[in-house]
Amino acid sequence: MNRIAGGLLAAVGAVALAGIALHRHEPINALWIITAAVCIYALGYRFYGAWVAARVLAVDPSRATPAERFDNGRDFVPTHRWIAFGHHFAAIAGPGPLVGPTLAAQFGYLPGTLWILVGSVLGGCVQDMTILLLSTRRDGRSLGQMAREELGPLGGFAALIGTLLIMILLIAVLGLVVVNAMKHSPWSTATVFATVPVAMLVGVHLRHLRPGRILEGSIIGVALMLLAVWGGGWVDTHALLRGLFDWSSLPLAGFVIGYGWIAAILPVWLLLAPRDYLSTFLKLGTVALLAIAIVLLHPQIRMPALTSFVDGHGPLFGGRIFPFVFITIACGAVSGFHALVASGTTPKLIASEADVRLIGYGSMMLESFVAIMAIIAATLLDPGVYFAINTGAGVVGSTAAAAVHTISSWGFPVTVQQMQTLARQMGEATLFARTGGAPSLAVGMASIFGSTFGRGLLSVWYHFAIMFEAVFILSTLDAGTRVGRFMLQDLLGHVYAPLGRTSWYPSVLVSSSLVVAGWGYFLYVGVIDPNGGVNILWPLFGIANQMLAAIALSVATGILVKSGRARHAWVTLGPLGWLALVTTAAAWQKIVSPDPHIGLFAAAGALAAQLSAGTLPAQAAAVAPQLIFNQRLDAWLTILFTAILWLVILDMARVCVRKLRGLPLSACSEAPYQAARP
Amino acid sequence: MTAAATRRALWRSVAAGVCWLRALSGDDAYDRYLTHHAGAHSGPPLSRRAFYREREERKWSGISRCC
Repeated sequence: MNRIAGGLLAAVGAVALAGIALHRHEPINALWIITAAVCIYALGYRFYGAWVAARVLAVDPSRATPAERFDNGRDFVPTHRWIAFGHHFAAIAGPGPLVGPTLAAQFGYLPGTLWILVGSVLGGCVQDMTILLLSTRRDGRSLGQMAREELGPLGGFAALIGTLLIMILLIAVLGLVVVNAMKHSPWSTATVFATVPVAMLVGVHLRHLRPGRILEGSIIGVALMLLAVWGGGWVDTHALLRGLFDWSSLPLAGFVIGYGWIAAILPVWLLLAPRDYLSTFLKLGTVALLAIAIVLLHPQIRMPALTSFVDGHGPLFGGRIFPFVFITIACGAVSGFHALVASGTTPKLIASEADVRLIGYGSMMLESFVAIMAIIAATLLDPGVYFAINTGAGVVGSTAAAAVHTISSWGFPVTVQQMQTLARQMGEATLFARTGGAPSLAVGMASIFGSTFGRGLLSVWYHFAIMFEAVFILSTLDAGTRVGRFMLQDLLGHVYAPLGRTSWYPSVLVSSSLVVAGWGYFLYVGVIDPNGGVNILWPLFGIANQMLAAIALSVATGILVKSGRARHAWVTLGPLGWLALVTTAAAWQKIVSPDPHIGLFAAAGALAAQLSAGTLPAQAAAVAPQLIFNQRLDAWLTILFTAILWLVILDMARVCVRKLRGLPLSACSEAPYQAARP
Repeated sequence: MTAAATRRALWRSVAAGVCWLRALSGDDAYDRYLTHHAGAHSGPPLSRRAFYREREERKWSGISRCC
C-alpha cells in the first residue's frame, strides 16, 4: 500500500516538475510549483527522512528521552508531538525565508525554487533532525557545548563567535528591511508604532491583571493589532497626523535602534514576551491563510524562469547565480540558526525519539514551504514592477522617469502610470526603490489576498502584510539583541567576572549597548547607502548563516564518525561539502573580484578613486568615506567567517582521521541508555 | 453520516484545535504543572502568578527565536 502511494506521489511530482521544465517561454501557473513542492516534501519525508532517522541516526523509541528522565513540569516536559512541532516551527520560522527568496527572484523563479526544494530535503531538514537527535541524546546540550565536547575547544569557541556575529548582521539587515518598509509611509509607520503599546498592554494584562491567561491575552492583542492596521489607514487620511508619521529613513533607523535598546533592558514581561506571543499567532495564522489563498487563487507566474541577471550584474545584488542564489536563499533551504534552536528548548520537549523526524525534518519542510510561497508572491508580480520596487535609486536613478526607462531597457517594460496606479491601490505615496523585499512581498501578498478574499481592500491587505512582516522582524530583533547580550556577557565574564552575571544591571547596560551599537552601526551605514544597503548586507548575512550551518554539519559528521557510523557519514558530509564550497566561493568573490558590483575591496577602491577625482555629487561625496570604510570592514568580516569555517572543518577532519586510525579520542558524551516507560 | 454526527465531529475538531492552541501558547502550562506536581512532589505548588514569572524568566534566557 505504502509503495503504491509512494509511486503515485513520485509520478505526480515528476509530472509537475516536467510541467515546470516544459513551460519555459510562457507564464506557468503557481499550482505546478505547489504540486511539485508537496510531492517532493512527501517523498523526502516518507523515504529519505525515514531512512536517515532509522539507519543513520538509529532512532530508538525504547530509549527514555531527557524530557522523560528529568520531567520537572517546567522546562523538561514530555510533549505531544504535534504541540512540540508547533513550538519548534514557531521558533525556527523567522523573516529570513520571506526576504531571501524575494531577493533571489532576480535570477527568475526557477533557480530559487529548485534550491529551496532540493536544499531543504537533502540539507536543511537533515541538519535540523540530526542536531535535534544528537542534542536529545545528550540531555539537551547546546550546539556550542557539543562542538566543544565532541570536537575540541576550538569548535566551541568558533560556534560562539560565529553565532554572535551572525546575530549582529541578521538584526542589522532586518532592521534595514523594516526601515525601508516604513520610509515615507505614514500608514505603515503609524501601524508599526502602534504595535509597541499594544504589546505592552498585553504584557501588563498577562503579568498583573490575569496572570498566565496567554490565549486570552493574545486574542485581545491580535485584535488590537488588526485595529492598528485599520487605524493607520485613518491616520493616512488625516492631514495633520499624516505629517507626524511621515518619516525619512534616518530618523526611522534611530527609532529602530532606540526600540532595540529599550527592549533589551526592559523586563521581558513588558515587551519581549507579549510581542512574541502575538507574533507567533500572527505567524501561524498568516502562513495558513497564505497557503489557502495561493491554492484557491493559483496565480500565474509572470517572472521568466531565468533572467539575464544570472550572469552576475543583477540590480538587487551583484554576483552570478553560482554561488549567490544559494547564499541569498539561505534560511529557506538550510539555516545554521535552526541548529541552535534544535539544541536549545526543543530537545527538552521530545516525548519519544520516534517523534524526532516529524519535529526536526517536518518543521524544516514547512519552513521551506513558506519560502516557496514567498517566491511565488514575488514572481507573480510583473517583472518590471518587481524590479521598480526592489532596485535602489543608486542603480536606476532617483526620478520615476529615469527608473522606468532603465528597467524597461533591461527587457522588463513598466510605466510610471502603472507604478502610480499600483501605489494608489496599495495606499502608498510611491513604490519606487522600496528595497529590502518587504514592500514587494507585501504587494504580492496583497494581490493574492485581495483576489481571493475581496479586491476592494487591497490597501488594507498591503498594510496588514507590512504589519505582519514588521512584527515578525521586531520580535526577532529584540529577542536577538537579548541573546546577543547573553553571549557577550558570557565572553566578557572571562575578562572581568562580574560582567558575566546576567542579572547585574551595569553589566546588562554595558553589554546591551555594545550589541545594539554593533547592529546599529551596520543599520546606519545601510540607510545612508544610495544603493539600498541590502545589496551588501544580505549576502554577508547569507555567508554567515551558511557558515553556521556548515559548523553544525561538521559537529554532526564528527559525531557520526566517532560513534562508528562513518559508512553513513555522507548524509551530513554531502551537504557540508556543498555548503563549504558555496560559502567559500561566495567569500572568495566578495574578497578578490575586481568588479566593484561584486568585490568589496574593489567597490571601496572604485568609490575612493571617484571621491579623490571629485566626480561624485556633493550628497554622495559626503557619505562616501563611511561607505568605503564599511565595505573594507565587510571584506575583513568575510575573511574572518571563511577562516572560522575552515578551522572547524579541519578540526572535524582531525577527529575523523584519529578515529579511523584507531587513535585515542575524547569520550562520546551521549547519555547512557535508559529504557523508556512503557 | 447524520447531521448530529457531523455536528459532533465538527465540535470535536474545534475543541482539538483550541487545545492545540492552548498548549502551543503555554496557556495550559500551569494546569500541566499542577498535575505534574500532584503526582511527583509534596509541599505546596507555586502560585499561578509565581509559576508564570519563573516560566517567562527561563524561556527568555536562551535562544528561542531564529531568523
